[in-house]
Amino acid sequence: MTDPDQRPSPDALLAQVQQEEAQAKRGKLKIFFGACAGVGKTYGMLSAARQLRDQGRDVVVGVVETHGRSETAALLAGLEMLPLRETSYRGNTLREFDLDGALQRHPEVILVDELAHSNAPGARHLKRWQDVAELLDAGIDVYTTLNVQHLESLNDVVGGVTGIRVQETVPDRVFDHSEEVLLVDLPPDDLLIRLKRGQVYVPEQARHAADNFFRKGNLVALRELALRRTAERVDEQMQGVRRTAFQSPVWQTGDSLLACVGPEDSDGRVVRVAARMAARRQAEWHCVYVETPSLERLPHPRREAVLATLKLAEQLGAETAVLAARDAPAAALDYARQHNLGRIVLGRGPHSGRWSWQSFMRRLGQLASDVDILTVARQASAAAPQTRGVAPERSPRSPLRHYAYAVAVCLAITLVATPLPPYIDRANIVMLYLLGVVGMAYRCGRGPSILTAVLGVLSFDFFFVPPRFTFAVSDVQYVLTFVVMLIVGFVIGHLTSGLRYEARMARYREGRARNLYELAKALSSTLTEEQVIDISTRSLQASFQSRTRILLPDDHDKLRADSAGSEDIDLGVAQWCFDHNEPAGAGTGTLPGRAHQYLPLAAPMRVRGVLVISQEPSRSGLLPEQQRLLEAFAALIGIALERIHFVTVARDTLVKMESERLRNALLTALSHDLRTPLTALVGLAETLSLSMTTSAPQQRAQVDAIHRQARATFRIVDNLLQMARLESGQVELRRDWQSMEEIVSAALRETGGSLTGHPVTLNLPAELPLVRCDALLVERVLVNLLENAAKYTPEGIPLGISARPSGDALEVEVWDGGPGVPPGQEEAIFHRFVRGGRETAVPGVGLGLAISRAIVEAHGGRIRADNRAEGGARFRFTLPLEPQPAAMEEGE
Amino acid sequence: MEDEREIRRFVKSALETEGYRVFEADTVARGLIEAATRKPELVILDLGLPDGDGLDLIRGVRAWSGMPIIVLSARVDERDKVEALDLGANDYLTKPFGIAELLARVRAALRSQPQLGGPDAKVRFGNVGVDLTARRIVKNGAEVHLTQREYRLLLTLLNQPGKVLTHRQLLRDVWGPAHVEHSHYLRIYMGHLRHKLEDDPARPRFLLTETGVGYRFLPDEG
Repeated sequence: MTDPDQRPSPDALLAQVQQEEAQAKRGKLKIFFGACAGVGKTYGMLSAARQLRDQGRDVVVGVVETHGRSETAALLAGLEMLPLRETSYRGNTLREFDLDGALQRHPEVILVDELAHSNAPGARHLKRWQDVAELLDAGIDVYTTLNVQHLESLNDVVGGVTGIRVQETVPDRVFDHSEEVLLVDLPPDDLLIRLKRGQVYVPEQARHAADNFFRKGNLVALRELALRRTAERVDEQMQGVRRTAFQSPVWQTGDSLLACVGPEDSDGRVVRVAARMAARRQAEWHCVYVETPSLERLPHPRREAVLATLKLAEQLGAETAVLAARDAPAAALDYARQHNLGRIVLGRGPHSGRWSWQSFMRRLGQLASDVDILTVARQASAAAPQTRGVAPERSPRSPLRHYAYAVAVCLAITLVATPLPPYIDRANIVMLYLLGVVGMAYRCGRGPSILTAVLGVLSFDFFFVPPRFTFAVSDVQYVLTFVVMLIVGFVIGHLTSGLRYEARMARYREGRARNLYELAKALSSTLTEEQVIDISTRSLQASFQSRTRILLPDDHDKLRADSAGSEDIDLGVAQWCFDHNEPAGAGTGTLPGRAHQYLPLAAPMRVRGVLVISQEPSRSGLLPEQQRLLEAFAALIGIALERIHFVTVARDTLVKMESERLRNALLTALSHDLRTPLTALVGLAETLSLSMTTSAPQQRAQVDAIHRQARATFRIVDNLLQMARLESGQVELRRDWQSMEEIVSAALRETGGSLTGHPVTLNLPAELPLVRCDALLVERVLVNLLENAAKYTPEGIPLGISARPSGDALEVEVWDGGPGVPPGQEEAIFHRFVRGGRETAVPGVGLGLAISRAIVEAHGGRIRADNRAEGGARFRFTLPLEPQPAAMEEGE
Repeated sequence: MEDEREIRRFVKSALETEGYRVFEADTVARGLIEAATRKPELVILDLGLPDGDGLDLIRGVRAWSGMPIIVLSARVDERDKVEALDLGANDYLTKPFGIAELLARVRAALRSQPQLGGPDAKVRFGNVGVDLTARRIVKNGAEVHLTQREYRLLLTLLNQPGKVLTHRQLLRDVWGPAHVEHSHYLRIYMGHLRHKLEDDPARPRFLLTETGVGYRFLPDEG
């Protein structure tokens, strides 16, 4: 008894099969993985390559760094090396791995050392692992090496252990999705000995390295990390195997994680910890940044840092989102519930004692009784994110002019209020100043409003509080007035300017949404690709103030650049972007040196084109929000293009259907109109010949000739109609279980007349399996083949039909003892209007075999002709066999 | 009944030579009237008449008479034939047809009129004798054993000599209405019958296949 829950679910199995299929086409990645430099990864890789080469595989060295190690260099001897590409950059000549050369050479296996390497500027990809991904996509197997400290998710841990952070990292998915990881291990003591002997670095470097990095403690820790990471991978594979063998539930959604990041998380620790936890549980994870109004006012570099953290999360495999909400805990929790995430990961740092963080935690705890909350300690050193000084301050700093306004407003109020004291109370003059503060806060922002408040207090004291024209105060109660006035002024100013800022943000967001909405609306009514392009470019122009172009592919998936103004577009980059469905060019990870950004217009079914957006050279690139907006635009345009594509397809289908209907009507009419007179002709000729029994034999022969010719004409008409039908694809196979014996007997009966003079030998085993076919059409094939054989063989020569199951098909053979098929014509005779011997007087137009082939191929079989060893032609055709129908009950 | 004058003419002349009386009609309406007033022994009907479908005429005639109907069809489409036969037509001919063939079918249809039955019903065809009362089948003097189904299938065919029985009709009569789609039963059992009763099962003389339509028992001529 099996528990139904224990069996693998079909979906999971299907996913696995699909993955295996995709992998079969892709090249395989083998990683020689080590704890640190010098353990012998490159050596191991080269040894493996030599073995492969000795087995006769096509192995090429793409790039290998020997670091001056003689043993390694010796291994290179005899292996084919791909020449490196030389590029000059700022006067230096850089030698880099030649990706295009490798793709062109297309070896079976290529060695690419140092997976974490960063390419020189000007290369197609920023990182070498991207090169490797492209090689794999092209179906080339890749051998590569990697050190544990270069793994993205372990980067911080290694940095913490060794005190050295490496900049060059490889996303974990590259490691996890590789087919094979081979751990190259060397105990730390041995490594240190090797180092001392100068087998790792050339001696002068060695001492330096031993003091800094190659301390024994470091090596032990790194070794442990490498071992553990490899073990995790093996564990995952084990689970993969187990999943096919017997099902353990795929994964609990409760294991899924949500990492919440904020401006304090710029060290990425929360993200890395969450990624590791998710990887260990094989769970999906998300990462969100909840942008509250107060966070929106963050200076630009800090905001950038948050977005960089999100980007890191994305690289580590998370779904990311920026949520705009006032109530951060509630928004995060909502997100978690929507996506069925059972745990929330938060960072807790040195500043977390703050009231806001505690309240955040408390509120989250109150709201989310069903969700686990995990806190991760942030690193103490990560308080100040390095300012890059490139991006301009975007926060609403009020210009000096506004402060001048503040002074002017105070002056004006003072002037207006000066004649008033006899008529109104001083308290009301305070009100006038406060009015000024509100006005300034609303018009000019927070700074000027504070200035207004301070100046207001001073002016009130100086001009209106006795003794006037001094700052001295006679009545102490005015001190209270000043204090209250100042506080009220500050608070009003703060609130009003905050309100103003929020209104501006709302306007900005609304503008963004409106842009998208308008584009979507405009695109929904387009009917042609040109309209889509026109509307999109205009809309993009309005939203980004950049020149944009849309490139569409032709029928062969090559992008066209026929329109004017596209001279400066690099079609090669655009094509790459189209083929790989990945953005390229400025601001992306691929070919960032180009002047334009190339975005694929991806629709649900496929990529529909490429959006090229030109950027002003002066601008440092698109802001993250703009980038997102641009991507949303691209998605909309892609969908619109796809819709138009399908509308076109539907219209074409309609036209085709209509023309087919017409053809059908024509065929039916023809078939009726030709058969009727021919029937009359045949019948009348026959009647005539019957009634002429006594007449002259010569006349009788003539009447017989008429009868024969009429029948022959009928045959030709019939063949033409049949061919037309088969060609138009309107013949629908009426498949049913048929016995070949029956079909053969029917065909023999049908051809009875024309086979006179040819003895027919049958060789049909008694227990032939049934075939599912259209009996009438298959009979037609046999009739055609038999008539054909009778036509081309002299009288008295035997014909034969035999049938036998062969593999998963039934093979039927029609043979004759005639002259056979002219050599070289075996294929041509199946073409329309081609006949065996051109000059023969044999009647017919050469349609019979063409029809036979069309019928057999419609059944999924094959037909071919050749000559028998013992002489004569042989036509063989196959019909696929299917599992036989269920046997019937005899009921006796 | 046929709308084409030339065809009508030669069919008529051929039939009259054989000594039949022939009445003509060129529309469904006319045909129904003629059939009702003349009470013919047999109807030859073209399926493509100008004022309606010949199938309607079969339905109309079958409502009150079991007279044999032979269908002429210009259409290659087997479905029309099957439908006509299912409605009660006895036989069909596809244009162009020979006179000899037509006359043979006419004779067969007329002869099949007297139904089998009676206490000592015996059928002979070729070298096979079937004793319906004793349920004994003898071929070349030796007894042939048939299974229950095979016997019922043979009986159904023998019952209507010359008439084309569609797959559907045979399946319904032999296996029951639940099995009308299981045409592979028929293929297998007809194969068995042929192998047991015909001299050369691949060139049957009596148990004939009408490809795409059904089967027919063709008794000995004369």
